[in-house]
Amino acid sequence: MEDPVAQHHPLLPHLFRQEYVKMTAVLSRHFGLQNIEIAEDIVSDTFLKATELWSSQGIPPNPTAWLYTVAKNSTKDYLKRHTLFETQIKTALGTGELQAEQEVDFTLQTITDSQLAMIFAVCNPANSTEAQICLALQILCGFSVEEIAAAFLSKTETIKKRLARARANLRNDNFQIRQLQAETIQSRLDTVLRTIYLLFNEGYASSSGNHLIRKDLCSEAMRLALILTENKLTSTAKANALLALICFQSSRLDAREDHTGEAVLFEQQDKHLWSRELIEKGNYYLINACSGNEVSKYHLEAAIAYWHTTPTDDNKWEHILQLYNQLVILEYSPITALNRTFAFARVYGKTQGIQEAEKLTLEDINYYHSLLGYLYTGIDTGKAIKHYQKAVTLTKSVSEKKTLTKEIERLMLTP
Amino acid sequence: MREFLLIFRNSDTSHPAPSPEQLQERLNWMAGIAAQNKLVDKGNRLSGSIAKTVRPDDVVTDGPYTEIKEFILGYVIVKTATIEEAVDIAQKNPILKMGGNIEVRAILTPEEKG
Repeated sequence: MEDPVAQHHPLLPHLFRQEYVKMTAVLSRHFGLQNIEIAEDIVSDTFLKATELWSSQGIPPNPTAWLYTVAKNSTKDYLKRHTLFETQIKTALGTGELQAEQEVDFTLQTITDSQLAMIFAVCNPANSTEAQICLALQILCGFSVEEIAAAFLSKTETIKKRLARARANLRNDNFQIRQLQAETIQSRLDTVLRTIYLLFNEGYASSSGNHLIRKDLCSEAMRLALILTENKLTSTAKANALLALICFQSSRLDAREDHTGEAVLFEQQDKHLWSRELIEKGNYYLINACSGNEVSKYHLEAAIAYWHTTPTDDNKWEHILQLYNQLVILEYSPITALNRTFAFARVYGKTQGIQEAEKLTLEDINYYHSLLGYLYTGIDTGKAIKHYQKAVTLTKSVSEKKTLTKEIERLMLTP
Repeated sequence: MREFLLIFRNSDTSHPAPSPEQLQERLNWMAGIAAQNKLVDKGNRLSGSIAKTVRPDDVVTDGPYTEIKEFILGYVIVKTATIEEAVDIAQKNPILKMGGNIEVRAILTPEEKG
């Protein structure tokens, strides 16, 4: 946001984004999801008023409360106008009415309930996974179209179109946002978890894009997962496992980059920069996740992430390998296969690791070649260089290219 | 790509509690297949004691076939380009070190003739 008030008060964009999301959720619940645009209009209007007034009169002592009062009044005004229309024209048709008498309620409980309901509304299987993530970013996280485009390295126009289609699907679906039913939760929770998981991965694992936005993606994913664990109906073992995973991974976010923004490899990270607090939170949610017998991929990934937060001892990689074994059997993905092979090499040595790696035949994936480059290092320098070179041509990440090139140069000098 | 059923047999029906090393070896074997995206069904182990054989004329006997010396202990389904590749995978299974054997059978599609 580039308005003058925001510029003078660095916390305002953050406040706006946070409150935008909450207010839209509450109002959408009030009006029904098919009227989400009305809710968004009222909220935007509120922020416009705030910006105008605050820049001339200064920020009120309690900006949040101020925003809610204005939103409430705007809603009343809207309903007054709307009721006129409803009574005079629409009643004859006998169609639905908006609750004009009922005041919008911005209590903490309503905000939480509304946000939870909104999460389930947005993660609608009628939309593609990509579209769900875009919608989640816009409606649940308050990202602008430009920010979403930056996160996905897409054109603004593409994102706009994707969002418009996704919103049309939401409206047509008639999803009931007022009362979240246990069955709805049951049937959609997996989709919700997957969307949050992908949202987090987009921020955590993607090697491209603005790194501030990526960090935002991670913390938003954590916030959404936290909302799930705070409700009895949605705080399942899987949800807790996902939150544990997010906490463990996030604990290393600050250690992953040096002051110039360059990536720091796991083994070279300053472990003092790992967030103790997040690791402990991760432990807490992982214990919660293990109350039953369920072992989901989130459990396995959280357990792997847990081991990565512990110091290297003799058995660490054996535990990690076991977990990767289970994970790849449960759900194949090229990255899981490659990570599993890395763990295998850590336990059984590079020679056996090479045999296992070459069976994977994932020639198009840069990580396949950087893995083989690593495994051949110290065994066959020529092959190591060749694989690293191939990885350089395949990777899109600038910082990864740099790291790989440095390694190639080092190997060239090795006799 | 076609699917093959690997049938594990051994003369010992009991599943003696495997050592952690044996367990890890088994899991490594299966995960190695899965890592190549060639695991269709991780299958199951079959009980040797909770077992009956049903024959014509209401004859039901305890246990699996007693006439033969080997019992089916479990199965796995893999997906490979050729039967040779499936055999290759089977050859690395640790059951061979314990006196067992593995039968490799192509799974037919409804249109195929055996």
